[in-house]
Amino acid sequence: MWIYALHRLLYAIPIALGVSVICFALVYLAPGDPVQSLIPADATEEDIAAIKRLYGFDKPLVFQYFDWLGRALTGDLGTSLQTNRPVLEDVTRAFANTLAIALIAVTLAFAVAFTLGTLAAYNVGRPIDRIATSISTVGVSVPNYWMGIVLVIVFAVNLRWLPATGMGATGSENFDWLDWDSLKYAVLPVVTMAMIPLGVVTRSTRSAVADILSQDFVQVLRAKGLSNTRILVHAVKNALPQILAVMGLQLGYLIGGSILIETVFTWPGTGLLMSKAILTRDIPLLQGTILFLALTFVLINLIVDLLQTLVDPRMSRA
Amino acid sequence: MPADATITTAQAGAPAGPARRGYWSSVAERLRHDPVTVFFLCVILLAAVAALLAPVLAPHDPYETSMLKRLKPVGFEEHPLGTDELGRDMLSRLLYGGRVSIMMGVLPVLLAVAIGGTLGVLAGFLGGLVNTAIMRVMDVFYAFPSVLLAVAISGTLGGGIASGLVALTLVFIPSLCRVAETATSQIRSVDFVEAARASGAPTHSIIRAHVIGNVLPPIFIYASSLVSVSILLSAGLSFLGLGVSPPVADWGAMLSSLRQAVYVQPLVCALPGIAIFVMSLSFNLVSDGLRHAMDVKA
Amino acid sequence: MTLFDQTTTPAATAPALHEVPKRDPRDRGGARQPLLIVRDLHKHFPIKGGLLNTTVATVKAVDGVSFAVGKGETLGVVGESGCGKSTLARLLMHLIPPDRGELIFDGDPVGQRQGLSLRDLRRNMQMVFQDSSSSLNPRMPIEDSVAYGPRVHGAPRHTARATARDLLDKVGLPAEMFAHRYPHELSGGQKQRVNIARALALEPRMLILDEAVSALDKSVEAQVLNLLRHLRTRLSLTYLFISHDLHVVQYISDRVLVMYLGEVVEIGPVDRIYSAARHPYTQALLASQLSTDPAERLTEAPIAGDPPNPIDPPSGCRFHTRCPFAEAVCTAQAPRLSAAEGPEAHGVACHMHDPGSGHSRHGDPPVTPLNAAPAPMPAKRAQGAAR
Repeated sequence: MWIYALHRLLYAIPIALGVSVICFALVYLAPGDPVQSLIPADATEEDIAAIKRLYGFDKPLVFQYFDWLGRALTGDLGTSLQTNRPVLEDVTRAFANTLAIALIAVTLAFAVAFTLGTLAAYNVGRPIDRIATSISTVGVSVPNYWMGIVLVIVFAVNLRWLPATGMGATGSENFDWLDWDSLKYAVLPVVTMAMIPLGVVTRSTRSAVADILSQDFVQVLRAKGLSNTRILVHAVKNALPQILAVMGLQLGYLIGGSILIETVFTWPGTGLLMSKAILTRDIPLLQGTILFLALTFVLINLIVDLLQTLVDPRMSRA
Repeated sequence: MPADATITTAQAGAPAGPARRGYWSSVAERLRHDPVTVFFLCVILLAAVAALLAPVLAPHDPYETSMLKRLKPVGFEEHPLGTDELGRDMLSRLLYGGRVSIMMGVLPVLLAVAIGGTLGVLAGFLGGLVNTAIMRVMDVFYAFPSVLLAVAISGTLGGGIASGLVALTLVFIPSLCRVAETATSQIRSVDFVEAARASGAPTHSIIRAHVIGNVLPPIFIYASSLVSVSILLSAGLSFLGLGVSPPVADWGAMLSSLRQAVYVQPLVCALPGIAIFVMSLSFNLVSDGLRHAMDVKA
Repeated sequence: MTLFDQTTTPAATAPALHEVPKRDPRDRGGARQPLLIVRDLHKHFPIKGGLLNTTVATVKAVDGVSFAVGKGETLGVVGESGCGKSTLARLLMHLIPPDRGELIFDGDPVGQRQGLSLRDLRRNMQMVFQDSSSSLNPRMPIEDSVAYGPRVHGAPRHTARATARDLLDKVGLPAEMFAHRYPHELSGGQKQRVNIARALALEPRMLILDEAVSALDKSVEAQVLNLLRHLRTRLSLTYLFISHDLHVVQYISDRVLVMYLGEVVEIGPVDRIYSAARHPYTQALLASQLSTDPAERLTEAPIAGDPPNPIDPPSGCRFHTRCPFAEAVCTAQAPRLSAAEGPEAHGVACHMHDPGSGHSRHGDPPVTPLNAAPAPMPAKRAQGAAR
């Protein structure tokens, strides 16, 4: 098992390097001279020369990459063209906000989906199964950015229960978990965000639990006279590692894909940061945010795999 | 002669009747008996035909603005679905928008099947270093959440239909490649491929005759589930302003530009989203139906 | 017709199949040249593991195997699962490349400049696989599966089709009824007939049958065996028949080769092997067969334990860990196979039969395999075997 864990850990390194290569290449994908995309429009000749030197545009591409990588590893992701602040600073502040709603959303989705999926698996073909299956299909089919707008129309515009957008009355950008005045701004984004994981996890719970219930050893348990509840507990225990792995991936997708929802709700997370960076063509900010999010996703994948090894003894021999 | 005896026994054990069905016709047969799938397949076909015939069906010019008739409700005068924030006819814009939105659902997946599928089959069949090289590159792309990768590529390319197409294709290639690789490496070690090698067949002939036909169903099933994702993602890119450039109609862009008007005409503003939702739902359900119908041994 | 038919065909139910043989125009070496000679074949599989995925061990799947198969002969290959039988089959077909060793097909060395190309070898030698369902492409009508080989070798479509239909008729699947069927519409026995037809489509001179009847029901197995015997005569074929079922091997073979952990331990004419086996392993294997006679049933296992791990085979004679007669020499030194070639040769790799080995039991023939069990009596068992 430790060998596997170590293997998995070592394997994350080339992946992370590959991710950094793609992020580095993004600047060259951008139309026009890469230098142009890195400098403010009102830059003077000296500024341009300084930036060229700084980024080493006079050197071969490979050297540029390693220079860039070296700076990135020491936490220097460049400077935002708009705010002139270090990119890392902006990204980490925004990331805390994204992480907050993503964590709540994933927990909420898990609680609902796990119950729904288990119920469905236990009642295959009955009405409750149909309802659960429909909910999960809608969950994965609905455009969540549109869903967000609909929720705003209903709960913010018509019912006036909740604020429509933003993070706080005064335009604050700091999330407070314990204060309802702060928390209520998160309700609609969280619900919207939970839709996709809700659909995906309901589906995988249903199939995992149903799969276990159909196996021979469950028949043996039944024959031994175990009650239905005990059998269900057994099945759920067996399905849990697999479902938790799905959950972990979903958390990664939520964090990486928060841009649409954060744009709808103007929630000041990494997604909104990217959205702004795209609108203003702030390439250093865009590149830095993407690198940060992609590496986070790699890390989440790694953690999920390692946890799964711990929980599921069968994995260790793979 | 014992040989004669064996012949008669073989005949006796055979199911009667000369009519034989191949795989695809048995899939079609099973689909025919699945009303849900047939219904949503019809929805998709209707939407596709309506989008194609937009110039004929649209009651108005989708680009004709009118300062007087801005944001009119559903059923207003000769605008059955109301008007948008510039007074353009919603029905016409939805029909024209369907062209871009449906195309952006199907085309990236087709391109990704062609590229990712080919790479995956090669990786799976050739194995060894070729496999390692292809699959490790795919792993790197796989390490990006799909929305992030799409936004990253499309965003740095500066948006537009072409960049969206490139971005979505790149998003789908790695997972399709994986599906193709898994299916192929399973097939590769099956006896009938060994038998084909034993008959002295060259690799390209084995891939054509024995591998493609057997890896296509899983690739096809998986690809069909991606169309819905592609519709959602491309509309999402449009919504962020990375899709078509105005005034061209596209559901995601319409949703985005009507967002400010939710307080005035909530229903009209919701229409593009409903269109996206219906298409994505239909493709999802048809994909489920296909999965069931194709999950047969024969 | 076949080379050693007169002496080796089991008498039981075999009908008179003998016809006056026509000389095969493909015969290059003459009747006395064995169709296939295998010399010193080796295949070791590396086991990867550890942190850096280095080779931590090797499985000696086939380790220095040599034998010859005469024209028209059937050589049975027996041994426990994992002894390298299937690897041997795949090596002969070059489905996996051998590490070392030589194949000589009808006098022509295979894969050398002046010899037979791989493509020619595969035209002359074909294989029938064990699992009848996975060895047919589920998306192809069986006619196309059979016609695929000839098509690959350049036959026009209609010729290949005609060949396929003719072969389906020959294996007892009338083409007008079966040609367009898909594998899932056939029974296991019918699928195996298709596999045989497919193997015959290139008009090979030799078939390798790797557990070809093992997955079939007993009644179907008998039919397919009869078909194989019939085809052997009619098409002047040579068989290498691999099976773990001793009854079946006895029924169809002229000579038998016994493998243990990648090595040949005994080879000889079928009646000699079944009546006077010389290697303790062969004796134990035969004794472990189920008998149809209750009086002959064993009360004790004739062979103890599982075969040793092929990753790290025992030193000296690989059987010494399970052999009741093992002595110091057996641990120290690997025995050599005596006289392996020739239709009547009875070769054995055992120190007890090697005068110079220093084994104390040398020269006490015949060795009784186990004191507790009565000696196997193959003469009687032939009744049970020949269905």
